[in-house]
Amino acid sequence: MQNHVSKLSKQVYIVNALGLHARAAAQIAGIVQESRSAVHIINNDLKADASSIIDILTLNSPQGTVLTFEIENPSDHNILDALVTLVENRFGEEN
Amino acid sequence: MNVSDTRELKLYGIGASDGISIGQAYLVDKKGVDVIKRYVIQERTLANEIKRFKTAVSKSNNELRAVIEASPEELRQHANIYETHIALLKDKMLYGRTIAYIEKERVNAEWALKKVIANIKLIFQNMDDSYLRERIVDIEHVSELILRNLVGAKQENLADIDRRVILVADDLSPADTSQINLKKIMGFITDGGSKTSHTGIIARTLGIPAVMGLETATRMINTEDIIIADGTQGTVIVHPSEKTILLYQERQNRFEQRKAVIARNCDITAETSDGFRVKVMGNIELPEEVVAVRDHGGDGIGLYRTEFQYLRNHAFPGEATLFNSYKDVVEKMYPNQVTFRTLDINGDKVLRYHIDNYHEDNPALGLRAIRYCLKHPNIFKIQLRAILRAAAYGNLRILIPMISNCFEIKETRRLLDEAAASLAADGLLYKRDIEVGIMIEVPAAVIMADVMAPKVDFFSLGTNDLIQYTLAIDRGNRQVAHLFNPLHPAIVRMLKSTADMAHKHNIGIFICGEMAGDPLYTPLLVGLGIKELSMNPFTIPIIKQTVRSLNFKECQQFTHEILQLADAAEIAKRLQQNFGAMYYEEADVCEETVNGKTA
Repeated sequence: MQNHVSKLSKQVYIVNALGLHARAAAQIAGIVQESRSAVHIINNDLKADASSIIDILTLNSPQGTVLTFEIENPSDHNILDALVTLVENRFGEEN
Repeated sequence: MNVSDTRELKLYGIGASDGISIGQAYLVDKKGVDVIKRYVIQERTLANEIKRFKTAVSKSNNELRAVIEASPEELRQHANIYETHIALLKDKMLYGRTIAYIEKERVNAEWALKKVIANIKLIFQNMDDSYLRERIVDIEHVSELILRNLVGAKQENLADIDRRVILVADDLSPADTSQINLKKIMGFITDGGSKTSHTGIIARTLGIPAVMGLETATRMINTEDIIIADGTQGTVIVHPSEKTILLYQERQNRFEQRKAVIARNCDITAETSDGFRVKVMGNIELPEEVVAVRDHGGDGIGLYRTEFQYLRNHAFPGEATLFNSYKDVVEKMYPNQVTFRTLDINGDKVLRYHIDNYHEDNPALGLRAIRYCLKHPNIFKIQLRAILRAAAYGNLRILIPMISNCFEIKETRRLLDEAAASLAADGLLYKRDIEVGIMIEVPAAVIMADVMAPKVDFFSLGTNDLIQYTLAIDRGNRQVAHLFNPLHPAIVRMLKSTADMAHKHNIGIFICGEMAGDPLYTPLLVGLGIKELSMNPFTIPIIKQTVRSLNFKECQQFTHEILQLADAAEIAKRLQQNFGAMYYEEADVCEETVNGKTA
């Protein structure tokens, strides 16, 4: 079971200077619109619906935060990968 | 004075702009949407209520789309904060929850939205990262937009004020004041602010009485109340008795008469009795103010604050728009010179369509003016191209704000060359050979004046910021605002050393800060050999008259003496002793001089 869960989630490290701000959250929510089932983002004990910008913002994730993306449906793995890439690319920000 | 109407109430503040206005109050409620009423929706009309909400959301969506589309092509990519706002409109936590709330509680959409937003705010309040915590403003912005579309015509829009009123507000930001239909405003009254705050400057520019720092005005005054704003004494009278109104009408007449006498002589050259000629010029923010400068006998425009045209629009103006208004200004002013200060976006003048949308803890020390322009050369070049094109139609020069090092001068010159080359390539008419000067408003520039002088054609002393940065005083902070003193010996010495350096290198030197427009300082500035003063157009006649009553040699001698003095109070005393008689005829003889409470 533990093994199974880890396949459906990935950890990321927020590297961009401004953290998970509105425009970044909008990009995440934009990607998640395409998902088949629910996608969540977890920051410690907080869990947000990744399709809602506001919910994502309430995770309060400045630079340096470790987040977990979690998908419910294995066929959403491409969404999971896209989200990880987005964060790693600093949401397209310069620094 | 006996008060015959017991409702009559006098409030004390700071007189920020001279004159008296008597009229109806118009209360600007920034949080106008807070007065939302709650009412129950019948089950059969519930679907309609939800539809009403959806319509408001889709209207808001269209408005934001229009803003994005109004951005010039070359800047379209920067409009993406609005894309985020569009996405927020349909966010589950806002859109979905509001609809659910309407259904569950059977209340009107406005109330439901307000409740939903209040909940979201609670979550944000507890965030520890200040930047992320302030992202609530994006959500608030979106919800206000929806609310406005729900409430319909009743929206708070300063641009829509259609009768002559005295504006009463907590405070007005430059963005607010730039959208006001100024012809309709007879006076400004604010709880916050001070003489040197932005609203005060605007009011003086327009010759409208203003009283600021009243603290309780928005609580004591209601829309449509009859009030008197006395910008000379810094008082406001609410519900004045008839007797009081008569008294003030008389004072108002006297004030206007005196102004008229001075105005009649405004075309006479400002030259001291021993032949020192001073150019007295006007500061403007919008192209239409050129008329005020001409009407008041201005010898040109010493400061054209070009950012206001940006603030007034919903999007970055394109080159064609800028060029047309710049051409208009230089043509109207010809043969006199127009000084274009390039885009000075700063602390309180944050563009609504701000491209970066970043948070700054200390905007006065942040990415503003030339720093902003050099970081965004694409935006800067649009303006430079427009200025170079307008230069072909009149007499203009460029002024670069907030210079703190030589690289910024070099880089601006390079961008000017690039702009000129691109205009040549496009086959457009332009003129590259124009004077380039810098604002001396950062202490570093004063110290580097000897190095900078050979690199530029003129210096312009921006005393407001120079004082703020030198004395480490935030003009908007009531706790320390009283320490903001142009006569601080450090400031007088800086003016002296900058002026000396300009004279030594034979480049132009002028002052465009508030100091230039206050006759109290004129003897000092003339004594420093400053040949150009630029100020709000309405004070041009008074300054011209003051210059004519001075003797250059005496002013020089006087300035030499006060440079030896150790404190501002002493300098002020000497000014009064030597030149005081000149001001008595200007000063309104009034029962009492109330300068407001001590801050």
